[in-house]
Amino acid sequence: MKPDALLYPAPAGLYCPAGDFYVDPVEPVARALITHGHSDHARAGHGAVLASRETLDIMRIRMGEDFCAEAQVAIPGEPVSIRGVTVSFHPAGHVLGSCQIRIEHKGCQIVVSGDYKRGIDPTAAPFEPVACDVFITEATFGLPVFRHPDPLLETAKLLSSLRQFDQRTHFVGAYALGKAQRVISLLRRGGYDEPIYLHGAMTRLCDYYQAEGIDLGPLRAVADEPAADFCGRVVIGPPSAFGGTWMRRFADPLPAFASGWMMVRQRARQRGVELPLVISDHCDWQELTETIRELSPAEVWVTHGREEALVRWCGLNGIAARPLHLIGYEDEGDA
Amino acid sequence: MKAFSTLLDRLVLTPGRNAKRQLLADYFRATPDPDRGYALAAIAGTLDVLHVKPKLLRELVMERIDAELFRYSYDYVGDLAETIALIWDHDGVPEEAAFDAGLRLGAVVEALNGAGKLQVRPLVRSLLNRLDASGRYAFIKLATGGLRMGISAKLAMQALADLGTQDAGEIEALWHGLAPPYESLFAWIEGRAGPPEMSAPVIFHPVMLANPVEPGDLETLTPSLYAAEWKWDGIRIQITRRKETVRLFSRSGEDISGSFPDLIDAIPFEGTIDGELLVGSRNEQGRLSARPFSDLQQRLNRKSVSGKVIEEFPVFVRAYDLLFQGEQDVRPMPFEARRARLAELISAAGNAPFDLSPLVDFASFEALDRLRLSPPDPVIEGVMLKRRDSVYQAGRMKGPWFKWKRDPHVIDAVLIYAQRGHGKRSSYYSDFTFGVWAQGPECDQLVPVGKAYFGFTDEELLLLDRFVRNNTVDRFGPVRVLKATKSEGFVVEVAFEGLNRSNRHKSGVAMRFPRISRLRQDKKPEDADRLDQLKAML
Ligand SMILES: [Zn+2]
Ligand SMILES: [Zn+2]
Repeated sequence: MKPDALLYPAPAGLYCPAGDFYVDPVEPVARALITHGHSDHARAGHGAVLASRETLDIMRIRMGEDFCAEAQVAIPGEPVSIRGVTVSFHPAGHVLGSCQIRIEHKGCQIVVSGDYKRGIDPTAAPFEPVACDVFITEATFGLPVFRHPDPLLETAKLLSSLRQFDQRTHFVGAYALGKAQRVISLLRRGGYDEPIYLHGAMTRLCDYYQAEGIDLGPLRAVADEPAADFCGRVVIGPPSAFGGTWMRRFADPLPAFASGWMMVRQRARQRGVELPLVISDHCDWQELTETIRELSPAEVWVTHGREEALVRWCGLNGIAARPLHLIGYEDEGDA
Repeated sequence: MKAFSTLLDRLVLTPGRNAKRQLLADYFRATPDPDRGYALAAIAGTLDVLHVKPKLLRELVMERIDAELFRYSYDYVGDLAETIALIWDHDGVPEEAAFDAGLRLGAVVEALNGAGKLQVRPLVRSLLNRLDASGRYAFIKLATGGLRMGISAKLAMQALADLGTQDAGEIEALWHGLAPPYESLFAWIEGRAGPPEMSAPVIFHPVMLANPVEPGDLETLTPSLYAAEWKWDGIRIQITRRKETVRLFSRSGEDISGSFPDLIDAIPFEGTIDGELLVGSRNEQGRLSARPFSDLQQRLNRKSVSGKVIEEFPVFVRAYDLLFQGEQDVRPMPFEARRARLAELISAAGNAPFDLSPLVDFASFEALDRLRLSPPDPVIEGVMLKRRDSVYQAGRMKGPWFKWKRDPHVIDAVLIYAQRGHGKRSSYYSDFTFGVWAQGPECDQLVPVGKAYFGFTDEELLLLDRFVRNNTVDRFGPVRVLKATKSEGFVVEVAFEGLNRSNRHKSGVAMRFPRISRLRQDKKPEDADRLDQLKAML
């Protein structure tokens, strides 16, 4: 079977006609397979949803109990048959519960990576390379300028700034799912054991991570400490709180931001970030190209991000590749 | 280099003055000599390093990456230095990097300045290999002269003062007379030694500026109280010699000595002169005759200058005023007394490339106006009126000095927006919106007064295009918003045919046929004209 007959982009998202299901659809559909809980991939209102247990939990936390008509747990590595199409989920290393989805039918194997990364991250099961004919890769950081440094060195910058500016509130902008917990876990590994203060948008997901056995140390809600001045403290809030009125309650706040985009100075400057922390939940250029080399699929399809550069690289390296112009994915985790 | 590049990364993103001061002071405290002294010089703009051309950097990076991948990246990042810094190790960390994490700023500066012509390329390549991304960015900015941090010398001096008990003003006074890496200065501030011995302090003294003649001004002035003098079309400079040290400064205080070794070597007297730098040489009568501004442009903005260029475009100073005679500060004397001393000094200078800007005799302002409109030399751009009793005061006071330009339809403006051109120019930023200063609700702001997309040469276009690419602070669709503050930005002289009132424009004026008649890199945005001056031309 030809790969583009097995899976192709339809208006609602990537569609598999043989199995009559979509992967990460952007509109409500009868049957959806979901790679991970970021809001551009996981949406409410589908009929049946197949996803990892953690992704289903996260969807429940974010969208409510009735986020879909019927939820089914996919156990990583265990194949499931949907109308004769074999489907299996494999860890993607992106955020807690994130998976790649392998789809096989009549001798043709396609892996949809969803969002993924290769770096070490105790808050997400590591990416598992899965052999395939077609690898569908994301390209969020698909330019050779992106090279994400060791994240522990980035949080070390935050710790050293806390010592240098010990009267300023260090406000860290981070996405609520994945990035916030990762930053906290990195700070803990760097030896920081003071309480970390959270914006209300962060608390439930952090609690969930803790319940899943990921130790984030002492956490407090900002709202529970009306009298505190937060001098010399770490406060974590979502990007939407960044630079807004919510930040005004803090003493001389020092704005930091955790994102792969912080690599580019102009991006940091535009957001008014004083301390950029280059911490990404996505592959950098080297991880993308090494993953493609490692899997050496017959064909690469490139989706959300800077498709053209990665397609060009594949061309230079003799790997068949084309862009999949999917719309509607602006990654919550790193947009 | 790591500490220095980390400091730069923090400084560019830190808006608070106190936070900047703390970052600087902590860096000076934690960093040994000579690195911190070179860093101070780099930040305060007193560091001379071998100039590396962007072209060389492009060639080096092209050895490592596919041109198309580079283009995608450059388009995304928008800044050449940053693109190169980030893309350098796209294919893995170069082997040299492993053994040189300890490369120091002092070593980088010394290596650059010790490199022979043929060694530059391999040296730059090797340095880029041995630095990390942030170090590469700092290095490229340093070596291409793009390291403008917006840190005033005053702030740097305050940070130095935080290291010990010395007063920032005293530190500054000494600092001007010393050269990088300032080891003796640090030793004194930290209380490890007495005040540094200065060989010959040569500092820039802020210049006195004139106001344009506005309608109604002349009626209030008594002609006999004023001397008139031609306004020459070169660049205003200040040259000082003290013992064997000579410095040439632009009117904004930039040290441009390096571009004019011929002049530096030829000043026969000690003191400080205010004058016009012109291209020209002595004619058969032994008189210096000036050549047009376009000839002078051949000498501007060069880090190094060849013997051939010096021979073809020799420069001289046409002196306007005297600030110091030897060690003596003559600025408090009246203009006429200063001028008499200046005349003596110049006449004793013999064949040196200096002459005196002559005074213009006039009985009435009407007579002077006729002279102004048909001057005896094409390199004259107007007349200056100076009160005979005026002392030399820094700044622009209304009253003592006036400038009365020959062509009233010329203003100095600051570039605010840029767009790509069309056709042959579609890959260059060649359409500009420029503005002048006006009183805003809190402070002065630039108000757009027109657009121009011609008037400059192809070479100047390259320069403008590079400025746009390296100084974009925001984008709206195809429009780039350029850096334009009082201290940073690009000043151009705009010539135009006429001026109309306009309700459509926020400024209230509209220009007819504006063109960029000249790039004024010798001026800072704060020297650009004001909206009131423009409105006075209506
Ligand atoms: Zn994601
Ligand atoms: Zn995504």
